[in-house]
Amino acid sequence: MPLRKKTFRLSVWQRRSLKGLIHLFALGYIAWLFFAGVTDQLGPDPVNTLINETGTWAIHFLLLTLTLSPLAKWLPSPEPMQFRRMIGVYTFVYAFAHLLTYIVFELQLDMALVASEIVSRPYIIVGMAALLLLFALTATSFKRIQRNMGKKWQKLHNSIYLILPLALLHFSWSQKTFWQEPVWYWMIGLILMSPRMKQWYVTYQKKSQKKSRDKNAVA
Amino acid sequence: MAKPFKPSIKLTDNDVTNEDVYMNRRSLLKSMGFLGASTLLAKSAGAAGWFWEDEEEKTAFKGKALEFSQPPKFQITETRTPEDKVTSYNNFYEFGTSKDAPAKNATEFQTNPWTLKVDGMVKNPIELDHDALTKRFPLEERIYRLRCVEAWSMVVPWIGFELGALLKQAEPLMSAKYVAFETLYDPEQMPGQRSRFTGGGIDYPYVEGLRLDEAMHPLTLMSVGLYGKTLPPQNGAPIRLVVPWKYGFKSIKSIVRIRLTDKKPPTTWNRLAANEYGFYANVNPNVSHPRWSQASERRITTGGLLARNRIDTQMFNGYSEVAPLYKDMDLSRYY
Repeated sequence: MPLRKKTFRLSVWQRRSLKGLIHLFALGYIAWLFFAGVTDQLGPDPVNTLINETGTWAIHFLLLTLTLSPLAKWLPSPEPMQFRRMIGVYTFVYAFAHLLTYIVFELQLDMALVASEIVSRPYIIVGMAALLLLFALTATSFKRIQRNMGKKWQKLHNSIYLILPLALLHFSWSQKTFWQEPVWYWMIGLILMSPRMKQWYVTYQKKSQKKSRDKNAVA
Repeated sequence: MAKPFKPSIKLTDNDVTNEDVYMNRRSLLKSMGFLGASTLLAKSAGAAGWFWEDEEEKTAFKGKALEFSQPPKFQITETRTPEDKVTSYNNFYEFGTSKDAPAKNATEFQTNPWTLKVDGMVKNPIELDHDALTKRFPLEERIYRLRCVEAWSMVVPWIGFELGALLKQAEPLMSAKYVAFETLYDPEQMPGQRSRFTGGGIDYPYVEGLRLDEAMHPLTLMSVGLYGKTLPPQNGAPIRLVVPWKYGFKSIKSIVRIRLTDKKPPTTWNRLAANEYGFYANVNPNVSHPRWSQASERRITTGGLLARNRIDTQMFNGYSEVAPLYKDMDLSRYY
């Protein structure tokens, strides 16, 4: 049920300021993390802190992008959709910083080790798959490319629904036991996905009903 | 003439917020139901600490100074990990699964009174009370490398006595082959033991074990202190095991019972994931953890991100004198 009858809108100025604040936070936090890391202010093991922070914030942004379209329907308002691209791009930025931290500061550019770890550790393969998909989405996020791609664009960008479980699996798998922080994120992810999964189920049922009807008609 | 300043609101002493209420305002807020939201955010606390926490929450642990000798053999020259890092970066799931949780959640941990029992297949069962832990045996300072199974390492000046000395007093029977250790089980004091969520899904109490010859090895230490003082709770107060040639999880903390037995005792991490953590858990650069390489490690000392602290991991963490214990054993099978 929508919250209100009337559509909710922001003024141009409000929208711009909100976007400015999001940019300020996303860029500011990552810049501060690296600065504090280099100057040894990130706790006992700065590398570990930086890996955890970039990784969890990539997931925060990912979950946030997935909240926007249900939010738009619920308000109702076209406004949340105005923010989806930028938050999606920051998901990639943080995830990429996460990988860079792992290669440059955790494995310290021991490229033989980097190569062997990336191919032989399943949780890293899963994480890399999510990152590559995020890269594809980011690379096709320009308006012009979106127009040129037409229907294919939506198809490609539906892979966000694959990225979510991949990213969460990577998170859970990287821990020493299952019952840790990632469990909360699985729960939030499930809540965000439940209306969509219901929708998919309904569409699937309709399709299969139609198919069987068509079949009967032919017979 | 300037008018004397008159406040528009008159406050008396009664209106002043009590100091202890003010100092505890964060915990008040939390207890008022922000707990759910704050646990999600505060996970990364050690991380971006200043973002949402203030300093006064942490009450620094003050250990009691200990008397000890410094045998030159154990005064190695490798750079020590600073004390504040040793005491704030801990795996002690009984007090929470993140590295900074134990230092925060263990501040009130009561270690006096304490009883450490040595029993099982021994001629002479022993009970050590709190004072006996630091008084019964002459203490030594030993600077050991500590290699975590997570591929990081520290250099720590432990204070303690040889486990062998304690076991000799208990006089193990000829039939005893193994030594089983057990951590305190006290969910009231140890939040990690209360639920799966806070304790990482481990079956408590934490248990560990050694073969008797490993336990009797002169390197195997019962530690009661570090950096000259008694152990902080997060490091396993009042008494813990330190086996420097094995991965850190073997060095069980806050021990209440040592039992000699003729059967290989169950060990916590092995029970949880046998393919990842073996009974022996000797540091071995040639046997990978299924999820990461053990060939090298990051040494935690000082310096930020740019410190080049990745070093090669040594067989038995560099303590080659233990190699004879494993003669003729396939260490890739008995990992």
